[in-house]
Amino acid sequence: GVPASRSWLGQQSAGFHTPQPPFQLGKQWGDPAGGSAGEQKSKGRWAQSEKKTGLSGTEPGTCSGEGRQNYDLLVIGGGSGGLACAKEAAQLGKKVAVVDYVEPSPRGTRWGLGGTCVNVGCIPKKLMHQAALLGGMVRDAPHYGWALQPVPHDWTTMAEAVQNHVKSLNWGHRVQLQDRKVMYFNIKASFVDAHTVCGVAKGGKETLLSAEHIVIATGGRPRYPTHGHGEPRMGLTILSLCVLSSNRLVVGASYVALECAGFLTGLGLDTTVMIRSIPLRGFDQQMSSLVTEYMASQGTRFLRGCTPSRVQRLPDGQLQVTWEDLSSGKEDTGTFNTVLWAIGRIPETRSLNLEKAGVHTSPTSQKILVDAQETTSVPHIYAIGDIAEGRPELTPTAIMAGKLLAQRLCGQSSDVMDYDNVPTTVFTPLEYGCVGLSEEEAVARHGEEHVEVYHAYYKPLEFTVAERDASQCYIKMVCLRKPPQLVLGLHFLGPNAGEVTQGFALGIKCGASYAQVMRTVGIHPTCAEEVAKLRISKRSGLDPTVTGC
Amino acid sequence: SLGVECNILELDQVDDGANVQEVLSEITNQRTVPNIFVNKVHMGGCDRTFQAHQSGLLQKLLQEDSAYEYDLIVIGGGSGGLACAQEAAILGKKVMVLDFVVPTPQGTSWGLGGTCVNVGCVPKKLMHQAALLGQALKDARKFGWEYSHQVKHNWETMIEAVQNHIGSLNWGYRLSLREKSVTYVNSYGEFVEHHKIKATNRKGQETYYTAAKFVLATGQRPRYLGIPGDKEYCITSDDLFSLPYCPGKTLVVGASYVALECGGFLAGIGLDVTIMVRSILLRDFDQEMAEKVGSYMEQHGVKFLRKFVPVMVQQLEKGSPGKLKVVAKSTEGPETIEEIYNTVLLAIGRASCTRKIGLEKIGVKVNEKSGKIPVNDVEQTNVPYVYAVGDILEGKLELTPIAIQAGKLLARRLFAGSLEKCDYVNVPTTVFTPLEYGCCGLSEEKAIEVHKKENLEVRLCFMAY
Repeated sequence: GVPASRSWLGQQSAGFHTPQPPFQLGKQWGDPAGGSAGEQKSKGRWAQSEKKTGLSGTEPGTCSGEGRQNYDLLVIGGGSGGLACAKEAAQLGKKVAVVDYVEPSPRGTRWGLGGTCVNVGCIPKKLMHQAALLGGMVRDAPHYGWALQPVPHDWTTMAEAVQNHVKSLNWGHRVQLQDRKVMYFNIKASFVDAHTVCGVAKGGKETLLSAEHIVIATGGRPRYPTHGHGEPRMGLTILSLCVLSSNRLVVGASYVALECAGFLTGLGLDTTVMIRSIPLRGFDQQMSSLVTEYMASQGTRFLRGCTPSRVQRLPDGQLQVTWEDLSSGKEDTGTFNTVLWAIGRIPETRSLNLEKAGVHTSPTSQKILVDAQETTSVPHIYAIGDIAEGRPELTPTAIMAGKLLAQRLCGQSSDVMDYDNVPTTVFTPLEYGCVGLSEEEAVARHGEEHVEVYHAYYKPLEFTVAERDASQCYIKMVCLRKPPQLVLGLHFLGPNAGEVTQGFALGIKCGASYAQVMRTVGIHPTCAEEVAKLRISKRSGLDPTVTGC
Repeated sequence: SLGVECNILELDQVDDGANVQEVLSEITNQRTVPNIFVNKVHMGGCDRTFQAHQSGLLQKLLQEDSAYEYDLIVIGGGSGGLACAQEAAILGKKVMVLDFVVPTPQGTSWGLGGTCVNVGCVPKKLMHQAALLGQALKDARKFGWEYSHQVKHNWETMIEAVQNHIGSLNWGYRLSLREKSVTYVNSYGEFVEHHKIKATNRKGQETYYTAAKFVLATGQRPRYLGIPGDKEYCITSDDLFSLPYCPGKTLVVGASYVALECGGFLAGIGLDVTIMVRSILLRDFDQEMAEKVGSYMEQHGVKFLRKFVPVMVQQLEKGSPGKLKVVAKSTEGPETIEEIYNTVLLAIGRASCTRKIGLEKIGVKVNEKSGKIPVNDVEQTNVPYVYAVGDILEGKLELTPIAIQAGKLLARRLFAGSLEKCDYVNVPTTVFTPLEYGCCGLSEEKAIEVHKKENLEVRLCFMAY
């Protein structure tokens, strides 16, 4: 069944909807009415290739590849979702092909198999975040007895190490596909018709691929500013940048902007973040402001309520940025070595020729419209991951959705992906992990008088000896006021937030009540145990600072 | 007619009379009215009250002075004891906490807060952190942080920082007790007769106190081996966390989490560490996990001497640290080995502090072999007014959060009419060895024992990246 209400982070209620299926539910392989008696017990059967419906042959003039290759499943996009789906289907015995292609960024950056997460997202982000955290540990170490003076950081060493790891993952994915006998093509795909895709390789060679079922998992790419900004600067290609620069401007307020600015500052680089309105739109705003407060205390500069109007390259190679302060209307300029745009991501649908297949997209977001089964407007075409409308833009949901889709198509299961209570973490210098509703969402949904928020400011034990400021280390649990006080959302700001939040996400998924959380014995000494000790409510007005054991 | 001031609550004249009656029934087992309390003690109904008047009990209860000086005396100011005492005080009771640390054979002592704060969880985690930072320094170079020299660790700097933090916690506890009007006495408490204890301070002065109820929360102390030289020359975790000099080349005897955690962080700060294990690692933990904990440590330079026990410790040189010769015997044959260490740290288990607190005087049952105290599911001993929490409980977990939980809930049951009991099932814990091991629920062995192998599925995953 489809859950009536879904609440996952990053989506305002206005932009989110449960798509009503005007489309048929995705079919499984084969015609249920036909098939020989000797077929396997499972519901999924696949049609003989002659019985394929809806194929009218190659469109004249679009693709002149030699004999078309037929597959049970064609996956367009070799990222988190695409690869998971492909591997699962192959494991269940289907003939699968994956096509993956990286259009170079305006700066010319490209990367290998694995999608955003592996190449220009989660993985390199976390590694650079770790590099920054290690810088903090280098500063803590003398307090704990290690005889060390402050040390400088070399970007090139880090970037090389990160790229080496990323490449090993690219390689690992290729080996995995090979092991599971999934055909991999490094070609740029676009639809010829509903069952046929034309792929163009780097050199121009074309291949025709057709499949009974097609999964679109092409993900997204960074948005660039539309006008007045001279030559576009890099989006996430910072991650392969090998140049030291003294002054960086990050434009944006997304988690991408804050995570990047965060680790840049942590590595000793002078960084400014320009935010048009609020940080981390869609996230709990109290938590978001604590996140930026911590960053500011660590040296990141913030230009709030400003929006860039012009970027010009100066004779010495630096960049002059002109911006408008929205509240005063005044203009200001600054000189930066690097400008990093992190103003959102757009779905990779433009070059797919979706209209040739009859796949519909949202007029506002350009994302592909899907139902609860991940089916598009075309019964045998599906979309998962960042490309699908209304889905969280997270690797683990794409992977799980891809696996479940493959299992459904192969008749192994009828489970649909549950997008409710998906935990996530923003890896800013002080990490923010959350699952469930923000306080604002809870109040909007249930009314303030029906919501109880328990909270605490705590100090990680490790911060004491290191003499670190823990002012923003904060936890809050948003619950229904009515007994048993169902937990609606948990928000944790502190070290290892991802590790902490993951465990509690299970509890929330199981419908934990406040009482159950309070009966969970803590592990001592940790930060996570503070979640199980949240006694002070906001409503009480009492001081929520944790004292002693 | 006795001229006693009475407060009368007519249940049929208040809005939530039915609710009040429910609660009364729960806490007194009586549904009828009148339901009479005298000086907060539940008397009963009409008949019981008349009987009490006839026997003289009613008059006794009506006296201004209650029978005992305190509502509650807690013996032991550790995790469980302090939690219980503070909760009882918040509920309006007159509470005393006695805490006293008998110095170690090496002369080490510490302040209020018990094992966790002074010689357990807190300093352990801080020193584990120091060791983790050592590893982080090595990692940092791979991530681009530039330094070429070998970084050395200074023990004294670390100890001072750790002890400063502990000192702030000791102080915090004293403040907290004072704020809640809990009387804190830094004296050794022991029973002399029913409802009465003798408190002996550092100078040997004796004072006596009485209370209606008692909670034993005296915790444990490290065991010694009972071999020549152990008390004279060896240290334990009680001494390690405030050791004023670097322990140097260290032999850790034991296979408990204490042994592995201490051995782990000592190696992590650069010391030469050997761990001598009689049989298995982390008894009662999942053995597959325990072996992985051990092999990680071995890969990172900790030496293990498996299936050996020390038989003698001799001092070769005095010093800070000195030099000790250890002779050990194999558990499987006649082989003996000898080795010289700067420090020998015994971590072979902990013994409950229940033998010398006068429990025999009031008949509290103590397990002869283990020294632990059997209690029922409301932490009550066989003597009705005596309860116990924490590490001294038989058959329960030796963990701070459990002791705190048990202590709080006990206070609420005793003084606020709560019925909630402490739940000891599925308690998570973590061993803070160099590679940390967190667990919750049954070990694989225990699961097989309880459910039989054919009813189980074990799923594994080795982390990819």
